[in-house]
Amino acid sequence: MKTAKTATQNACKLCNPLGACLAFRGIEKCVPFLHGSQGCATYIRRYLISHFKEPIDIASSNFNEDTAVFGGSHNLKLGLKNVTQQYRPEVIGLATTCLSETIGDDVDMILKEYVNLFENGEPLPNGEPLPVMIHASTPSYQGSHIDGFHAAMKATVAKLAEEGPKKNLLNIFPNMVSPADLRHMKEILKDFNIPFVLLPDYSETLDGGPWAEYHRIPKGGTPVSTIKETGMASGSIEFSSVLNTEKSPAGYLEKTFAVPRYQMPMPIGIKQSDAFFGLLEKLSEKPLPEKYEDERRRLVDAYADGHKYIFEKKAIVYGEEDLVVAMAAFLREIGIVPVLCASGGKSGLLKKRLQELIPDLDEAGIKVRDGVDFVDIEDEAKVLKPDLLIGNSKGYTMSRKHNIPFIRIGFPIHDRFGGQRQLHLGYRGTQELFDRIVNTVIAEKQSSSPIGYTYM
Amino acid sequence: MEKIGILEGREKQVYEKKGDSAAIDIKCETTSLSGSVSQRACVFCGSRVVLYPVADALHVVHGPIGCAAYTWDIRGAVSSGPELHRLSFSTDLKEMDVIYGGEKKLHQSLTELIAQYQPKAAFIYSTCIIGLIGDDIDAVCKKVSQETGIPVLPVHSEGFKGTKKDGYKAACDSLMKLVGTGSTEGIGKYSINILGEFNLAGEAWIIKKYYEEMGIEVVATMTGDGRVDDIRRSHGASLNIVQCSGSMVKLAKMMEEKYGIPYLRVSYFGIEDMSMALYDVAKHFSDNPTILDAAKKLVNREVSELYPRLQHFRQALEGKKAAIYVGGAFKAFSLIKALNSVGMSVVLAGSQTGNKDDYEGLKEMCEEGTVIVDDSNPVELSKFVLEKEADLLIGGVKERPIAYKLGIGFCDHNHERKIPLAGFVGMYNFILEVYNSVMSPVWQFAPRKGGLS
Repeated sequence: MKTAKTATQNACKLCNPLGACLAFRGIEKCVPFLHGSQGCATYIRRYLISHFKEPIDIASSNFNEDTAVFGGSHNLKLGLKNVTQQYRPEVIGLATTCLSETIGDDVDMILKEYVNLFENGEPLPNGEPLPVMIHASTPSYQGSHIDGFHAAMKATVAKLAEEGPKKNLLNIFPNMVSPADLRHMKEILKDFNIPFVLLPDYSETLDGGPWAEYHRIPKGGTPVSTIKETGMASGSIEFSSVLNTEKSPAGYLEKTFAVPRYQMPMPIGIKQSDAFFGLLEKLSEKPLPEKYEDERRRLVDAYADGHKYIFEKKAIVYGEEDLVVAMAAFLREIGIVPVLCASGGKSGLLKKRLQELIPDLDEAGIKVRDGVDFVDIEDEAKVLKPDLLIGNSKGYTMSRKHNIPFIRIGFPIHDRFGGQRQLHLGYRGTQELFDRIVNTVIAEKQSSSPIGYTYM
Repeated sequence: MEKIGILEGREKQVYEKKGDSAAIDIKCETTSLSGSVSQRACVFCGSRVVLYPVADALHVVHGPIGCAAYTWDIRGAVSSGPELHRLSFSTDLKEMDVIYGGEKKLHQSLTELIAQYQPKAAFIYSTCIIGLIGDDIDAVCKKVSQETGIPVLPVHSEGFKGTKKDGYKAACDSLMKLVGTGSTEGIGKYSINILGEFNLAGEAWIIKKYYEEMGIEVVATMTGDGRVDDIRRSHGASLNIVQCSGSMVKLAKMMEEKYGIPYLRVSYFGIEDMSMALYDVAKHFSDNPTILDAAKKLVNREVSELYPRLQHFRQALEGKKAAIYVGGAFKAFSLIKALNSVGMSVVLAGSQTGNKDDYEGLKEMCEEGTVIVDDSNPVELSKFVLEKEADLLIGGVKERPIAYKLGIGFCDHNHERKIPLAGFVGMYNFILEVYNSVMSPVWQFAPRKGGLS
């Protein structure tokens, strides 16, 4: 067992600013901007690019020793000006780092001073109105990447949402899901004919087509004009079960503008998807479109066709807490025992939320661990001897070492092609996951068989 | 097409070779402009890349989790034995640690990790925040070293304290503390250390084999497939050969000063430079003519085997245009020669960390109209590859999607590569990589080749 308990070894989490940059990428004409060292922006770009295979420009205020001693005000203002000049953004998504937070830069005040410069006659960059500047506090010594993701979106609605007469409009806060998942969400809402705001929406900015010329900012993303309307929406659906009100964009909208917040786990599996589609039926007062009835029917049929291959197989599932909660509930409904549900995150709610969805959690011998790293997970794996390992790419080393069949989901997928196009949500996403899980088990049996049948 | 200008404050970092223009006056070796989306990383990155391949050392990143998470197993630096370098260790500092200091946590982390993994040495990397909260990592390292009996070396790599180059220096300073602490017994006269070679995809093994075939003993490779004990006795070698001069020439200079070991700068990329790297070493040991004979034989054999195999590619690639944007400018020299040798021209040459001499050298080598850039960014790189109608971009992970989005071939020549590009066999691989991308039929669908956008 792991004897060196103090250090984190092979982290099962990333830092706060990464999540913020990713989320800001889902706002139209927005450039993410990190107030800190050059390295933060570059490492995060590299990490995101390796998954999404898209250009991801993140600006940096590029601290040097003087900045660290005298404060980041000068560099931040110069950086904002330069990025405005070069990228012509409508929005700058500003996230802080451990460096700027520790020296105690008052970013809101610096932003005010910056705006004042132009009000007092300094010529505007490109002669255009200043972009909207959204500031999220994301020190890397707090929480993990998922906290930065939500912090960025909360800061966005706090900056932009406006009060007004209620509209027939639904806000969707999908959590950190794939571009394919975001596209699927949009398709579903369109099919229900519900006007919606999806935030963030990086389905196109991080999975787009070829370019004839360089786009400083790729097309796509949620427009500022629609984010303003989130305060007038008739409700917000938020795919999260561990996000508390204080940190939640939907929570903010409920508190500030009385927009009802519908918090639910990510719709993975039939039960969670039923809950989601059921809510859409209720809110839209329309029945489930035939297309999704069909998808559900095919999924139920597939469950029947595939159930035996996977029954009582043991799986370890890890990743962001919300992903783990939804995946574990799905695994349970198809007969797999998620013997370990693990996360590098630590909201304090992981076990509670799992218990709500899996009432026999303890009887089934399901272990729940938050705040863990990959060495912890590996140590558990040695004892639990799972049949499947389910999570992001970083579990590969463990899967190889211990010969555990591996199913890649979520983020990051750095060692396979097409992670950005993997679908997880809804009946359709569940179908894809189910097919992959069943096939992984079948493939394992086939390749370890001395005969190797060409039929199942 | 929308006109893309160069940012105010960056004009002097871009140069275009025109006529017989006067000496190149490029601004370089400066910190990146705020808000310019530099492709550079930070001081920590510089230290981390240099020390990372030391495979039997413990590498502990002292700071919040990000810096360790983003550098976990990211390089293609392989080891023939222990693989401790492929694990990621962080003190994962939290808010309370930042307020009350992280020394205790560092001490405890190190004590436990050394007990568990039994490394030969430990490198402790300072990150940005350590420079602010004032943890005395030197004192902690000293204490742990006394308690455990292994070298525990602080690496002063606070991200904001300079550029990536300063990180190289910090890494060399740490290595220098190991050099000279081992026994040099048994090291012969015709012996070298290979510096600035990181064994990406096994490249150090290729190079080492060449030198061994010439009758030369390789004492230590720094840091590719590196071992602490080899580094400790590396002062017993007669010569240091330094590749990737940006990162480790500092160590070579320190070893020259302290131990009187001369050094040579070499490159292992391309036929010309690879051959030169062998001949230069042979000439250094001119009192033993068998070394030069062996070098000639080796080069002759390798080139006569390689040359005909390259001709097929040359036919296809002749006249194609390449853009190069790499970390160190020294590599760009070799790449230009290698590309020229298959009939390709270079329309853009740039680096993250080049100095004035490097850029002067690039200017000399390049053709009319070539653009030379220092510390460039995605907008500029895109502008130039499009304006110059490049067929290929050579760079790293962050440059790859720029090329592919614009319908341009790409070759990864950075730390993550899994294919050896050094040595004669590497030259073949390199040209094959270029060929596989430039000649692919998929570009017919790219908007710049008439496809729909």
